[in-house]
Amino acid sequence: MVDVLLSDAEKTFIIHGIQDNLRDDGRGCEDYRHMEIETDVVSSTSGSAKVRLANTEILVGVKAELGEPSSGKPDKGRLEFFVDCSANATPEFEGRGGEDLALEISNMLTRAYDCPKCLDLGKLCVIKGQQCWVLYVDILLLECGGNLFDAASVAVKAALYNTCIPTVTVSQDEGHVDIELSDDPFDVQHLDVTSAPCIVTLSKIGHSHVVDASQKEEACCLARLMMGVTEKGTVTALKKEGSGSLDPSSVEEMMETGKRVGQALNKSLMEVLCLEEQKGKKKEKTGFLR
Amino acid sequence: MFSCYIVTFCSPRIRKTSSMAGMELLSDQGFRIDGRKPKELRRIQCRLGVFNQADGSAYIEQGNTKVLAAVYGPHETAGGRGKALHDRVLVNCQYSMATFSTGERKRRPRGDRKSKEMTMHLQQTFNAAIMTSLYPRSQIDIYVEVLQSDGGNYCASVNAATLALIDAGIPMKDYVCACSASFVKDCPMVDINFLEESSGGPELIVATLPKSSQIVFLEMNSRLHEDNLSKVLDVAVKGTKDVYQVLDNAVRDHISEVSAFHKLDQS
Repeated sequence: MVDVLLSDAEKTFIIHGIQDNLRDDGRGCEDYRHMEIETDVVSSTSGSAKVRLANTEILVGVKAELGEPSSGKPDKGRLEFFVDCSANATPEFEGRGGEDLALEISNMLTRAYDCPKCLDLGKLCVIKGQQCWVLYVDILLLECGGNLFDAASVAVKAALYNTCIPTVTVSQDEGHVDIELSDDPFDVQHLDVTSAPCIVTLSKIGHSHVVDASQKEEACCLARLMMGVTEKGTVTALKKEGSGSLDPSSVEEMMETGKRVGQALNKSLMEVLCLEEQKGKKKEKTGFLR
Repeated sequence: MFSCYIVTFCSPRIRKTSSMAGMELLSDQGFRIDGRKPKELRRIQCRLGVFNQADGSAYIEQGNTKVLAAVYGPHETAGGRGKALHDRVLVNCQYSMATFSTGERKRRPRGDRKSKEMTMHLQQTFNAAIMTSLYPRSQIDIYVEVLQSDGGNYCASVNAATLALIDAGIPMKDYVCACSASFVKDCPMVDINFLEESSGGPELIVATLPKSSQIVFLEMNSRLHEDNLSKVLDVAVKGTKDVYQVLDNAVRDHISEVSAFHKLDQS
């Protein structure tokens, strides 16, 4: 994790504030920072999204390619996560410096999405056991401002929502199987992402816990709980991280908060995405030029 | 024999383009594939100060090529004193491409031969432009990230890095502006896109210090008759001067905007 240097006095200030449900940027313990989402930003992808959560900036591109299904699930498509920590975020990530963090994020996302109900991968199957759509979800981390996991998961969900997969027609004659891809850019399928999970990270700071920790708060936090939460409040993945320890009762408390916050996060994300889709081509594209 | 060569050595993406036989790089009416005139640049849009944490950052779009650059430094050399140069600053570059930036997905964002070469080229280019002797025993990092690639990656990277260096306030001899050019049907073409790049025609890439017209980087791919070289080079150098105008305007706009904020802050 990218660290900021904080003195003991600064840490105490943050911890005492959180005890009184007031954080150093004025938020309460269950509030997210301002988030900006924009979809369809990279035209060389099947779907893309850019998320800016305070200083954290994440760009996600989804590419759909035809490939072979995994042997264990011959009738399902595949979802592959790849995270690249760009050196633009911090010089520490230069070369292979960001690989550990990248692996951590991509593993957490894989686990959160590894739940049969959250994304209908059966729809991505083309020919059972032979051909399926492989969705390469590539996450590019451009700036670190704390809470990377949540921001990444939100960006992934937005990019999957934006993903268009060309319609395929399979025709069989005399043992030959022909796959025909539609050329029409409007003849596409969309994914149903309503029940896809978002990751909510709860950081234990002092005796309380907060969501969406900023970099400063992350420096004060010894243990955190990450959970993949769907719209209905189902937890698809759970992971404790950090050097500190948590007792079972506080894990329960944190999970309750996580579910509540996760549901609200999913709901408002879907609202924003629907609103953006309605605007369609009329919305002005800004990307990084704003 | 020749056609066999093409089939075995071209990537699928290129095969697709060459199958579009109806497309001509330069139509009889004098228009290129994307509708430009031979001496017309693609639209350049840019912005300085995209990120808060980097010392300098910039974003540039040249047509469909989109590049982000960030600059850190001058700071202490990373990895101990061993690397430090006693008389000038160490210019450290990294070029990487997002895995989704190209038509076909890339397996690795960096570390392949092409990006290593590009890294070296950027390093050479900026060593020639930065006033390196001002910061001995320190390091300046230039990180370039290609978000979408449609030809002219080197040019867009250089232009973005120049803006980022200016945003970081690092003293340079001049802007560095880069532009590519090709030669089709006896006609030099400026700022070529991916289709034109992959058509197998000549490609000339040049980076200049526009005010003094000094060339700091020059590369040429494929075959071009010697007599035509000066024509193509002229067009490319003219291209860099046009790019300079756009970048300079962007910098001036940015500065006036920032200083206006500053005045508001003080009053």
